[in-house]
Amino acid sequence: MTSTVRIELPAHLRTLASVGREVVVELEGTATLRAAIDALEVRYPMLRGTIRDQVTHQRRPFLRFFACQEDLSHDSPETPLPDAIVQGKEPLIVLGAIAGG
Amino acid sequence: MSSVRVLVGTKKGAFVLTADGKRKNWDVSGPHFGGWEMYHLKGSPVDPNRVYASQTSGWFGQLIQRSNDGGKTWEPMNNKFVYDGIPGTHQWYDGTPHPWEFKRVWHLEPSLTDPDTVYAGVEDGALFRSTDGAQSWQEMSGLRKHGTGPRWQPGAGGLCLHTILLDPENPNRIYIAISAAGAFRTDDGGETWKPINRGLHSQYIPDPNAEVGHCVHHIAMHPSRPNVLFMQKHWDVMRSDNGGDTWQEVSGNLPTDFGFAIDVHAHEPETLYVVPIKSDSEHYPIDGKLQVHRSRSGGNEWEAMTKGLPQQNCYVNVLRDAMSVDSLDDCGVYFGTTGGQVYCSADAGDSWNPIVRDLPAVLSVEVQTLR
Repeated sequence: MTSTVRIELPAHLRTLASVGREVVVELEGTATLRAAIDALEVRYPMLRGTIRDQVTHQRRPFLRFFACQEDLSHDSPETPLPDAIVQGKEPLIVLGAIAGG
Repeated sequence: MSSVRVLVGTKKGAFVLTADGKRKNWDVSGPHFGGWEMYHLKGSPVDPNRVYASQTSGWFGQLIQRSNDGGKTWEPMNNKFVYDGIPGTHQWYDGTPHPWEFKRVWHLEPSLTDPDTVYAGVEDGALFRSTDGAQSWQEMSGLRKHGTGPRWQPGAGGLCLHTILLDPENPNRIYIAISAAGAFRTDDGGETWKPINRGLHSQYIPDPNAEVGHCVHHIAMHPSRPNVLFMQKHWDVMRSDNGGDTWQEVSGNLPTDFGFAIDVHAHEPETLYVVPIKSDSEHYPIDGKLQVHRSRSGGNEWEAMTKGLPQQNCYVNVLRDAMSVDSLDDCGVYFGTTGGQVYCSADAGDSWNPIVRDLPAVLSVEVQTLR
């Protein structure tokens, strides 16, 4: 099973990866949050370490994962993504916290 | 004709300032990596167009950037800094054990002989090295594991390894400093290390003469005399004439011996520069007067350099990596402030002019002399 997932990135990561607001990744098998970020990092290796720790894969604390008006940040990374994400109708949003100066 | 390139790291991006040898008319390029904290940028002594930069963010973590054209274009390099083995613990602020955690790169020190070799001083206090142009990093864990590591405690800015000095005469000798662990030296290329803090006296720690625990802010060395070191400690300006084995205070007549930055004249190994800061609780110049103090006697006797610097209502700080010198015949001295000014003296400190006035807070200043 292959799915095409849209991922929306915060501005600084768009600049870093030299991409626009959204990128698209192809996922094989069950489309999970982990699979989506894995695929994102394979396609854009400069993003490694910027969204999650490179060793522990812990999400960086000032980032959140949103999809379909839901906060997926505290879900298991193995949880299947919502159907609307898997079908490409909605993007998976990587969101930076509003904080700092 | 000679020229200079000043690499400026700020809280919101990097800037590259260039001028010919007169150092009067400046071209300003940047911000590079706008919005990111640029802790430090430094060029390779053997290939000045090879520049390494530490790019960090509370949101997105650590990135390492590399330029092969003197800072015009950049490419992100490997940013995986993993401690060697099971990291163990150092002390937290309250004295309890705290796991070592990588947070950011404070300082990048390119090798004196190989543009692909670069050292990274990181928080929590550790030294990493890349020998492939920052495509991979390995911890030089002999430092962290030499024995005193579990007693290291962070300074107010974190447990940062901020100073790396490479001995130009002895490739096996490296000096480093960590806030607030102190200074350390290896004589075997990084395999083994020892604390070099004898003579430091810090009243704010339980044993003022302890082997480790001193808040060293910065160390400077003249390349012609790598055994002679000058240190700006939390309080006290110190000097060692034996590679750090022992230190003596040379604060002399300084109006305050608290500060962060210290550097040495490019051609006069006994001429030093510091920026006295009022105190550890008030990080700005005394009475709102920004003064660089210069000693031409290796310390103890200091004179205030004020010409061209604000002498009223100035309450900026000059951070530890924010001072540098060029090696033109008339040695240039540069420093950046937390108010966003970068000042240049083209006459060894006698007079100063701002290159830029309104950058974000300056974290680091490094100068390249290009011939």
